[in-house]
Amino acid sequence: MSAAPEQPLKNEAHSKNTAPNQGNAFALNDVKYHYADSNSSGLHIPTWKVNYGDRVFLHGHSGSGKTTLLNLLAGVLTPQSGELSLLGKPFSALSARQRDKFRAQHIGVVFQQFNLIPYLSVLKNIELATYFAKAGKTNVADAAEALLIGLKLPATILQQPANTLSVGQQQRVAIARALINKPEILLVDEPTSALDAAARDAFMTILIDMCKQHNTTLIFVSHDMYLKKFFETSVEMSSLKQPAESM
Amino acid sequence: MLVSLAWSSLGSRKKSVILTFLSLLISISVLLSVEHIRQQAKESFNRTISDVDLIVGAPSGQLNLLLYSVFRMGSPTSNINYASYEALQESKLVEWAIPISLGDSHRGFRVMGTNDNYFQHFKFGNKQALSFQNGNAFASLFEAVIGADVAKELGYKVGDSVVISHGIGNTSFTNHDNTPFTITGILSATGTPVDKTVHVSLNAIEAIHLSASKQSQLLNDATSVNTTPDSVTAVMLGLTSKFATFKLQRDINNYKTDRLMAILPGVALTELWQMMGTVENLLRVISILVLISSLFGLSTMLLASMQQRKNEIAVLRVLGAGPGVIFTLVLVEALILVLLAIVAAIGLLSAALTLSSDWLASQYGLFLSANLLTLETLKVVSVITLAAIVTSAIPAFEAYKNALHSSLSSK
Repeated sequence: MSAAPEQPLKNEAHSKNTAPNQGNAFALNDVKYHYADSNSSGLHIPTWKVNYGDRVFLHGHSGSGKTTLLNLLAGVLTPQSGELSLLGKPFSALSARQRDKFRAQHIGVVFQQFNLIPYLSVLKNIELATYFAKAGKTNVADAAEALLIGLKLPATILQQPANTLSVGQQQRVAIARALINKPEILLVDEPTSALDAAARDAFMTILIDMCKQHNTTLIFVSHDMYLKKFFETSVEMSSLKQPAESM
Repeated sequence: MLVSLAWSSLGSRKKSVILTFLSLLISISVLLSVEHIRQQAKESFNRTISDVDLIVGAPSGQLNLLLYSVFRMGSPTSNINYASYEALQESKLVEWAIPISLGDSHRGFRVMGTNDNYFQHFKFGNKQALSFQNGNAFASLFEAVIGADVAKELGYKVGDSVVISHGIGNTSFTNHDNTPFTITGILSATGTPVDKTVHVSLNAIEAIHLSASKQSQLLNDATSVNTTPDSVTAVMLGLTSKFATFKLQRDINNYKTDRLMAILPGVALTELWQMMGTVENLLRVISILVLISSLFGLSTMLLASMQQRKNEIAVLRVLGAGPGVIFTLVLVEALILVLLAIVAAIGLLSAALTLSSDWLASQYGLFLSANLLTLETLKVVSVITLAAIVTSAIPAFEAYKNALHSSLSSK
C-alpha cells in the first residue's frame, strides 16, 4: 500500500509555521446554531477569540453545548448564522468539500473513545490521516514512529491492529494521528474519561508537552475540573454563550 | 488507499463476507454457465453439419431423424431400403449421396457404416471437409476409420485391430469377436460427433451381422458371400441446385416403392432451437433472479454492517473524508466482493467444463469450449457489475447519509 497520493500538493507545511503566528486561531462572531430536530436550546456565541498557540480548557456541565461548539470549530457542523473564521479564513463560508479538506490539513481531533479504525494497524490508522490530508508524505512510518516515541509508546505497536491496544494506548495513538499532519489546531473531547487516574495524568502531561513542542493551538473540552490545572487558560461554557431563544 | 481500506474492512467481517461471497459465487456461476452453454450448444450443434441439403430416412419426426443421423443421439426407428439409396444417387437433382448405417458400437463409441462419399462430401463447421491426421480411408471389408477422440481416448493407432459389438451400450454381450477390424485411418479433430465415431464400410456392417458359419466362410474367401447391404439408416444428400430442394423433398416424401421422409437440416435445427428456446429463456430468467437475490443479500450484508460502522464513519469524517468518499468506500467493498466472485466463478466453470467436456460430448453430443473469456461472457460480466453497483448504491447511500449527519459526538 502506498500512503502517498498522486495529487500535487500545495506545500502547506512551509507556510504553516510562519503565516498565522500572529493573530487568532479562532474568531467567532455572533455564531448561532441549533439542531433542527431537537427542542433543546441552541448555541449562541456573541464573540470568542482564541490566540494562536493558546491551550484552552473549555469546561461546562453536560448538555451545555461543548460538543456542539467542537463540531462547529471542526467544520462538521456549520452555524446557521454568524461568522466563524479559522486561521484567518472565513470557515463558515467554505463549501462542505473545502471544509473537509481544511479539516484534514489543519485540524487534529481526538474523541472520548473510538478514535481508531479497530481492524487497521496503528500505522494504517495514521496513514489514513495523511491520505485524506493529501500530505504526500513518503515516510509516514518514520514520522509516526517519532511521534509514538514522544508519546512514550513502543514503536513496535505500529504494526499491531488498533483493537489489540489498551484504551490508554489507543488514546495516545489518536494523538499521534491527530498530530501527524502538523495541524495548527488540536480539538480534544473528553479524551481521559476512559482512563484511570495514573493513565490520565500521564496522558495529560504528554498531550500538553506535544502541543508546546509543535506550537499547536489546543481546545480541550471536559467537564472534569481536576484537569484545569494543566492549562493556563480556562473558559467556562456558560460565560461564552448567551442562551439562544428557546424554540 | 480506499481499496486497501475497503479490503481491511471486509476482512474485519470475515464470516458474513465469506457467506455473501459464496452466495455471489453460486449465482454468478449459474448465470455464466447458462449463458455459456446456451451459446456454445447452439454453436456446437450448428457446426455439426454443413452443406447437406436434405437428410432422408424412415418416416418419423424430423427432429428424431436429425438427432440420430447427425448427432448420433437416440436410435433410428427403422431403416430404408438400399435400393432407395441407389435410386437417390441416380437422381439428376442429386450431386452426391452419403448413406449411413447405425446401430453398433465400439467401447461406447458409435459405429457408422458408410462409403467413400462420406470422406469426400461430408462437411462440418464452415463448409470444412473431413481430413485424415493419419492413414487413409478404408479400402477393404474389415477396415475402419476412427475419429480423433476415439483414437485419443482408447489410444489407437493406425494398424491396431478393434472388435465391434452389437447395440450401442458400453458393455455388450454380443461382441462380434470373429470379425476384428484393422484401423486404416484417423480423422483430424472436428469438434463434432464425427470425433466420437468409428467408421466402417456398409458391407462391413452387413458382414458382422451374418451368421457364424457364413462369417467363417467369408473370412476364408472374401468374395464367397454377398455382403451388399439391403438397408441403410439414412442418406445425406447434396443437390446440384438449391432450388430443387423443395421439389425433391416432395418427391421423396411421395416415393411409392419405399416409405421415405426427407428433411432440411436447417429447418429441423430451427425447430430444435424453438423447442429449446422456451427452456433457455426459463433458465435465463431463473439465473437472473438468483443473481438479483444474491445481490440483495450483498446489500443487506452491507446495510446491516452500517450500524456497527457508525464510529468508523465518524472517524473517517473527522480525518477529512467527505460523504462522497464514504459512499465510494462502501461501493468499492461491494465491487471487490463481486469482482472476486466473478473471477472465482469463471475459474470454477472453466475447471468444470474442462473436466466434463468428454462426458458432455459423448452423452449429449455437446462440444463445449472451456474458454469462457469470450465477448459474450464479457457482456454478462459487465451487466453483473452494473447490477452490483446499482444494488449496493442502497447501503452506500445509507453510509453517505450517515456520514453527512455524523458529528464528533458519536460515541
